[in-house]
Amino acid sequence: MEAIWTFLSERNWDAPLMGALTTALQTLGLMIVLLIALAFLLLFDRKVWAAVQMRKGPNVVGAFGLLQSFADFFKFVLKEIIVPSGADKAVFLLAPFISFVLAFIGWAVVPVAQGWVISDINVGILYLFAVSSLGVYGIIMGGWASNSKYPFLGSLRSAAQMISYEVSLGFIIISVILLVGSLNLTDIVNSQDRGQGMLNWHFIPLFPLFVMFFISALAETNRPPFDLPEAESELVAGYQVEYSSTAYLLFMIGEYLNIVLMGAMTTILFLGGWKSPIDIAPLNQLGLFWFGAKVVFIFFLFAMVKAIVPRYRYDQLMRIGWKLFLPTSIAYLIGVAGLMLLFPGLADWFQSWRAG
Amino acid sequence: MNFAEIMFYIFATLTIGSGLMVIFSRNPVHSVLFLIFAFINTAGLFVLMGAEYLAMLLVVVYVGAVAVLFLFVVMMLDIDFAELKGGMVKIAPLGVPVAVALLVELGLVVGTWAFPKNAELARVHPYFTGAETSAVLDGPNNTEALGLILYTDYVHYFQIAGMILLVAMIGAILLTFRERKGIKKQDVAAQVGRNREDSYEILRPASGEGIKGKGA
Repeated sequence: MEAIWTFLSERNWDAPLMGALTTALQTLGLMIVLLIALAFLLLFDRKVWAAVQMRKGPNVVGAFGLLQSFADFFKFVLKEIIVPSGADKAVFLLAPFISFVLAFIGWAVVPVAQGWVISDINVGILYLFAVSSLGVYGIIMGGWASNSKYPFLGSLRSAAQMISYEVSLGFIIISVILLVGSLNLTDIVNSQDRGQGMLNWHFIPLFPLFVMFFISALAETNRPPFDLPEAESELVAGYQVEYSSTAYLLFMIGEYLNIVLMGAMTTILFLGGWKSPIDIAPLNQLGLFWFGAKVVFIFFLFAMVKAIVPRYRYDQLMRIGWKLFLPTSIAYLIGVAGLMLLFPGLADWFQSWRAG
Repeated sequence: MNFAEIMFYIFATLTIGSGLMVIFSRNPVHSVLFLIFAFINTAGLFVLMGAEYLAMLLVVVYVGAVAVLFLFVVMMLDIDFAELKGGMVKIAPLGVPVAVALLVELGLVVGTWAFPKNAELARVHPYFTGAETSAVLDGPNNTEALGLILYTDYVHYFQIAGMILLVAMIGAILLTFRERKGIKKQDVAAQVGRNREDSYEILRPASGEGIKGKGA
């Protein structure tokens, strides 16, 4: 038993194949957990949406509809894949895979508890930022390869939208990095533990950035109220119009996994990752639980926004991104940098994790 | 052959292969997609060399932003492929000397190539990649080392580069900016700044007299 645990938790690079096998098993474990969690999060999303509209939501398959996502899964998989005539077949079929894979690889650097991370790299937050900016390719390729007007318009909208909001996301992330003094995600979480529980989390000193990050995350993941690439009243379903069955399923899993990844990013940057809100003995041992709870909370906010906020117009979306979020996040960045230069004691307090 | 070496050959082959496909594919959109694939594999090579920060920047800046815009433009252009192919013969007298000159220059560079220290180290320690050697040392990591040089010794060059980019950006905006007169625009500040007093007025017109006052 002990030997198996050691094999699964510590990579033995003296025998490269064993190390690679351990890594592969860890990755597989994370993927399975993510997919199962996603099945229930999808149901949760629909239930929240239904509750706001005073409906019951899915309640037929399994107790309280718990197995609804699995039923949907089989429905998607068992249907026919239709490739439109005149479509670029290779790119058309590649696009959903790219969406799906890119949504997964971001999780390689996400620490879910102290030491529980597939790859603890120095530039973790940059890696996450890079992967989330790649997500646009699945959409733009799918829209172009469909050889149809609505998907193409949807993918063009999506490209412009995601690039615009990446800029402000980047500046928000830089402000957080300035407070922490490291690009490593584990360091970012540990820096938010200075003995006062949730009072040390970054969402308090950076509250405006926290709100802006949340809204930018909505735009970056094409969620309502910024779901213009798939606005059904204008573009039917945007870039997904021509997709059916498994290809559509891969797009949808990719989209929702990106939302959860954004939730994990928010949790790590602003809500103290796996740290307990109150730093006392039995509570601060439950790292995995706290991380999961915070991610689900952010997901709940995403679902609520979807349920209660009407869709934006495209020019208003661009206006918010470039004329409001970009200047505000740059101003806040200058403010943070200036304050940390002016008061070295403040900088030392924020970066006290380096001493420990 | 250790793990890092296997990965090197995979990344290198894919980079060169997709680089060739950029030139040889008939569809310009496929060319751009192969270019993006080449960028990503180059980022993999950077990681193997221990330049993790550069690798991530390559992905964020080139793949995540520049190539998207590039793809955006290529997708919307309607290019006639037959015409492009016909142009080959016309361009050849100019293109061949340029290609030969480039080849000779590249040959000269590769001829005087010296392996960097990290690569030698990786050969001595079979399971070390450059990334591990830079992580083991107690010195500044990749990002910090770059920042320490860039913002101290080379700060003026850095600022000049930033200024050039800013000027280029302003120039591009000026070239494409045209103010259209006589169209209706939404003034968000005016909309938000509206208040109850100047928005409406309650009038009680007497029968048969109509409205008098501000609203009339």
